[in-house]
Formats: sequence, C-alpha cells, structure tokens
Amino acid sequence: MKKVFLLVLVLASLTGMAFAGGDSESEAVAPATDDKAGGVLVFGRAGDSVGMDPARETDGESFYATHQIFDTLVEFKTGTTEIVPALATSWDVSDDNLTYTFHLREGVKFHDGTPMNADAVVFSLDRQLSEDHPYHEYGPWKYWLNYMGMSDIVESITAKDDMTVVFKLQKPEAPFIANLAMDFAGIVSPTAFMADPEGFSLNPVGTGPFKFVSWTKDSDIVLDRNEDYWEPVYLDRLILKVIPDATARWLALQKGEVDVIDFPAADDLPAMTADPNVELIQQSGMNVGYLALNNEKKPYDDKRVRQAMNYAIDRDEIIEAVYGSAGQVAKNPIPPNIWSYNDSIEPYPYDVDKAKALLAEAGYPDGFKTEIWAMPVARPYNPDGRKIAEIMQAQLAKINVEVEIISYEWGTYLDKCDFGEHQAAMLGWTGDNGDPDNFLWVLLSKPSAVPPAGNIAFWKNDEFTALIKEAKETADVAKRTQLYMDAQVIFHEEAPWVPIAHSMVTVPVSSSVKNFKISPTGTRIFKSVWLEK
Amino acid sequence: MLKFILKRLVLLIPTLLGVVTLVFFMIALAPGDPARVMLGERANAEQLAQLRSELGLDQPLSKQYLLYISRIIRGDLGKSIVTQQKIIDELSDRLPATIELAITATIFASILGIVLGVTAARRRNSWVDYSTMTGSLVGVSMPVFWLALVLIMIFSIGFDLLPTGGRMDVRLYFKPITNYYLIDGIIMWFREGNSDYFISALKHIILPTVALGTIPLAIIARTTRSSMLEVLKQDYVKTARAAGVPEGKVVFRYALRNALLPVVTVIGIQFGMLLSGAILTETIFAWPGIGKWIYHSIGARDFPAVQGGILFISFFFVIINLVVDLLYSVINPRIRLK
Repeated sequence: MKKVFLLVLVLASLTGMAFAGGDSESEAVAPATDDKAGGVLVFGRAGDSVGMDPARETDGESFYATHQIFDTLVEFKTGTTEIVPALATSWDVSDDNLTYTFHLREGVKFHDGTPMNADAVVFSLDRQLSEDHPYHEYGPWKYWLNYMGMSDIVESITAKDDMTVVFKLQKPEAPFIANLAMDFAGIVSPTAFMADPEGFSLNPVGTGPFKFVSWTKDSDIVLDRNEDYWEPVYLDRLILKVIPDATARWLALQKGEVDVIDFPAADDLPAMTADPNVELIQQSGMNVGYLALNNEKKPYDDKRVRQAMNYAIDRDEIIEAVYGSAGQVAKNPIPPNIWSYNDSIEPYPYDVDKAKALLAEAGYPDGFKTEIWAMPVARPYNPDGRKIAEIMQAQLAKINVEVEIISYEWGTYLDKCDFGEHQAAMLGWTGDNGDPDNFLWVLLSKPSAVPPAGNIAFWKNDEFTALIKEAKETADVAKRTQLYMDAQVIFHEEAPWVPIAHSMVTVPVSSSVKNFKISPTGTRIFKSVWLEK
Repeated sequence: MLKFILKRLVLLIPTLLGVVTLVFFMIALAPGDPARVMLGERANAEQLAQLRSELGLDQPLSKQYLLYISRIIRGDLGKSIVTQQKIIDELSDRLPATIELAITATIFASILGIVLGVTAARRRNSWVDYSTMTGSLVGVSMPVFWLALVLIMIFSIGFDLLPTGGRMDVRLYFKPITNYYLIDGIIMWFREGNSDYFISALKHIILPTVALGTIPLAIIARTTRSSMLEVLKQDYVKTARAAGVPEGKVVFRYALRNALLPVVTVIGIQFGMLLSGAILTETIFAWPGIGKWIYHSIGARDFPAVQGGILFISFFFVIINLVVDLLYSVINPRIRLK
C-alpha cells in the first residue's frame, strides 16, 4: 500500500514537471504572427452546451460556444448594444422601412473552406423562415419563430447577387436589425449542414473566430483559432470546460487550471477581490427585476396606491441585502446600458410619510392587506425572490400594509402570473437584442396585457402604447430614442411596477488574461483576448 | 446453478416493470409542467400548446403510460426533451465516467475497509480498534461535498499535488477511445509510448475516488469488524489456534473467508449506490457522469431522460444483486444456490 502511494507521488511530481514545461501540447496549432498571439485559454463555466446549431439553441451556455464559431450579418459593438458591421459591411434601408439590403464582406470562408456568400446567408435564415424550405423540419427554430417572432416580421430573404442579400419585411419593424445581431441569426455553412442536418449541432461549421474541434459531453468543448478570420485572433485554442460547482470553479482558477470562470459565488467575491492574480471583469446586465402591481385588482387600480408602494419600498436595503455588489437600483423599466435609458428621471425616494399620505388620499388611511408573490427560483435578475419579499414585508408594515408572501413551483408560478391571478408579483426579464422595444413592448404594452400576458401588471395605458408603437415603426434611431424617453416618463408617473434592480455580471479572470469583454447581451467575447506571457 | 440464474433473470422483468411504473407516475404526478419550465418567461399560449402536444402531454395519463411502456418494451428510451438526442446515446456518453469512478471507489473502499476492519477485530478494544471505529463513524457522517472541497483545498491548492476536477487535463487535447480514461491512457501509453494521458487520468481520479469511497469505506470497515468478531469467537477458530495453526493463517485463511459473506453483500449494495448516487462528487469534481446528468434532467423536467436514467440504474442494481448472490457460493461452497 505504501509503495503504491509512493509510486503515485513520484509519478505525480514527474508529470507536474512535464506540464510545467508548458506549450508542448499546442504543437498541433499553427504558430502565431503577432507577439500577442498564442496560448491556450480555458474558460471554466457552470454547465454544458445543449447543442451547437445557433438557430436551434435557446440557452446561454450553448451560445457561449456558438458565438465563437459563428458570425452574424451585424453585431453589437463591444460593450454596448450599438449595431456595427460584421459579415455585412454595410446596409441600406428603403424609404418605406420595408426593404433592407445587406452588402456582404468579400473573401470570407467557412471553416470547411467553402465561401461565405449570399446563398449561405439566405440558407441559414430561410431554413428558419420558410415552412417549405427543404431543411425547415430540422428545427425547432424557437428564437426565430417563438421568442423574436421573426416570421411575423420578415416577408422574404433573397440573394440579389453573389454578395448582396435583400430582406423584405411585412411591416416596418425597427428592432429587426438588432435581431440579426443575435446568435440565432448566425450564418452556417450550407455544405456542412446539408451533408448531415441531424448531426450539425454536434459538428458545427461557421465563419467565426474559432473553429470547432471536439466536444466531450459535460466535460469540455475545444475550439481552435480560425487562421482566415477577418480580424486578428490571438488565442491558439479556446477550451470551454464544465465545472458545475461555483467554489470548485474558484479553486480551479486559483490553481491555474482555468483562466476565466463564470458565475462566481457571492461568498467568494471578497477573496477574489483580494487576490492579486485575479481581476474581476464587470458588466451591468441587460435585465430588470420588478414587482408588478396588478392594475386590474384592488387596491392597485389606483395610481396613488401604486406610487405609495414605490415610496414605501426601500430599494437600497434590498440591493444591499440580496444583490450585494452585483446589483444596482432600478428606476426605469429598461437597464442603463440600453440606448434611450432616461437618466433624467428621479427615482421615487424612500419616504414613509409621503406613502402614508398617498394611501390616505386614496382611501386607505389604515393601510390594507396584500399578497406579494415571490418566485421560487433564482433568476439572473433576482437571486432570491423569497428574501426580497420578506424585506418588502417588513418595510410595508411601516405604512400598515400587511403582506402575505405567496410562492408556487416555478412553472405554476409563471402560469398563474400570466393569467393575472396575483395581486402583486415579482418577475423580471433578460433582454435579447439590446433594443428598448424588447423590454417595453413585451412587458408593458397594451397588446401584451392579454392573458397569457407578458405585461403582468395588466397596465393598459393608451398614451404609453402609442409612443412605443410609433418607435417600433420608425427606423431613425434619434427619433426612436426620444419616443422611448417620453414613454419612460409616463411609466414613472403611472407606476405600474415597483422596479427593483438590474443585476451585474461578474466574471473573474486570471490577471494574465487581457482584453476580455462581456457584452451587455451576456455574451463572453474571446476573439480579441490575448494572454500575457 | 444455470437454472438459478435463469430464474433470477426472468424475475428481472416484473421488477423493472414495477420500477418503470413507479418512476412514470412519480414524475407525472410531480408538480410542474415541463413545457412551462422549458419556455420560462417567454412562453405564450400558442407555444405552450404546441410544445405540450410535441411532448405528448396533452394526452390522458393512461395513454401516455401505455405509449411509454410499449416504447420501452421495444427498447426505445426515447429522446431527451432538452437536447433532442437519443436518451440511450446521452446515457452511453456518460456511463463510462460513472462506472470508472464507481469501480475505483469500490476497490479503494473494499481493500482499505477490509484491512481496517480485520485489524480492528483482531486487536479489539485497542487504540487501533477505537481509532478505526471513531474514524469510520466520522467517515459515515461527513457530508460528501464538504469532504470533497476539503480534499481539493489540501491536495490541490495546499500541496499542489492533484488537479481540482475533470477527468483529464483539458490542455492535453485527448480523444477518448473506450471512454474509460484509465484504460485509454494505458492504450495510448502502449500505442504512442506517451504516459502523460494515463498519469493525468490517474491524478484526476484520486480525489474523487477518496471522496466517493469514504462512506462505503467506513461502512465496510464496520461490517467487517463485527462479522470478524463473530467468526473469531467460533469453536473452529479456537480449535485451529489450539492446534497451533499460525495466527495469520487462522485469521486470513479460515476466519476471513466466512466473515466476508455479509461484507460482500455490503460491497455490492455500495457499488450500486455509487453508480446512482455520485451526484455530489460528480458535481464538485466536474466529473461528467450520469448522476449529475439525471439530477440536471430532473431540474429541467426532462422526463424521458429521468425515466431512462433511473431505469438504467435500477437495471444495474438488480444485476449487481444477482452477481452478489452468485459470489456467495464461490466464497462459501457450503451455500448451494437453488
């Protein structure tokens, strides 16, 4: 027994030395041309991909991989939700806002060597749009069809010539261009897809900065640099490694087994901040957590009561107790990193006397009884619904509002909220495409207030809806910005929600990792990352 | 003997049918609509209805059950709701990792457990006995996730000897052959003369083995001790000793063989448990096995995956029980199987 143990120790230390030697394992990868270039980066993440066809997947973990493998026609400028060229170098919009013409980047090749051209773009998107497309059956194309409703927006997609693609729309829909920057609109190699439509999500072929090498389920995905990419890519190899436990991820980062980790545990953040070898990269998330006050039920049919709730709930206390450094107080229904965020709006201050006065004015001088629904699961925008509800309960007791906290299993919870069974319920939203419409229309418009509703405050404000409808149908961004700013003023005055918080995304990286960026859409961007040697 | 095995194999069918039925109804009656959980905040009525009909959830329960049973009989475990891949493929991708770890943990626990148990029994009421039994009590009661994290902190971070998780250094870029990494490592060693893969696999499996094996180790040590004490009291042991048979031979040749019967049962049960219950170890050590996969599938309401996974594990459990029964007759020829 002793001997075996000794042997293991000796072997272990020998291999330790062998590994310390370093880059012998990256021989297979071609040498770099730049002094920033080279190296292998391991990203320790919480879960595995479901699949790698960008149009079929719906979960963030899957997009971590597909985002590196595939490009889209346009993309979000790093760190913002502004739209910039990618596979399309420019585009024109017709005067009636119904025709979009994209001019494609010359000389781009798929990882299988076939050329990226108008036919490939049409193939990638038309398989999702046209029900009679020969490969339409290989869906479900949930993002295209269900989440973004693209089939209700796009009339047709055609190749005008080898390098020009024309989209005809059914109606003017300004957020359309932002949808094309989302992962589901990634351009896939038609040759590879047609060769094995069932297997494509296991062997993806795109034009992105990294090409797919291998996938060991629940363990790792290996991607290598695309030598022909249209921008410099520095890493030789990118490995996405699954480490489900947050503390184990942190230990692996300390040990140097991984260079970047996802979703750190809040308890470990102080130690990470103190560690000189670790840097915390932060990005405010594109989300909002809120308490929706059901406008169709008493007492929330009265604006003064809704405002009183806003005055009586101290959001700072909630942020401090539940979100810590990972959250910021919300005053608007959209997060500050989305364009048209109206920063001139003054948030409701915490003011118990003002709240009491408003209640008295509304005919509730002795307060009232109310339900507050708390979600049973942690969500990106609300890590602990139950705890927030308890804090609200204590705060509202001060204006004599007696709170009963109610919770259901998650599926049931969503169902009941959608049908308006609640008096007041917590929920939230994570944005998809960085367009204000993606928050305001889904969550607060009048058409969304029909069960099963996205607008679970059941707030039916004609003026507000008219403004965001006009903004939806206008292509001019400056004009849209003004419309959305005005809409937020109405939201603030009418107070259909108590907005709670926008959460921050924190990604700890080893200090040798340079230029790592998180997009507001939640994408982790590796194409411009380099390792300090 | 052959008749015995056949009889047991036939009995497998009602057992598994019972398991299938139980699992089906437990899941069907659990709260939570899988369609709703899958679509989350984004669902609208149309999508929900469409997804429910895709999943067959709009059918009456009895019809769903019959459909499910008839598919199982044809050997079709169905497709995962989440990944759209065949359950059988999902399982076979992950099973080797679980089996490999269960085997190393069982070997670790059995050898050490028997040695400790025998030693404690021979020196009853000595400090060896007390410390072994106290240690095993601690071992049984220790939370696995806590032990796992402590092991990582000591051996990975503290002494920098072993990796924190995974099955192989991802930077080695390794293409699995059999998916049993220790075996693959040996194959690569012979094929390419490169021992890196084997050593990396070995280093990666040590801590999970210890974490996973500690509870079985404690149970096996305690069982061995009490069984051994029982046997050492018997007349034939006294006779052997009186006849001047060397103590080592008495203990290991005559006593241990008889004492092992309950121990083998315990080892069998523990092995079955390790196959199914390694969720915590697999999670902390990022070990891509089926325990974690089933756990994950439950969270995602991926019913076909949960049903397939549980069915598979039950099947293993029943087979292990059969093997244990067969081992009885090998260890103690006085037991004849009828």
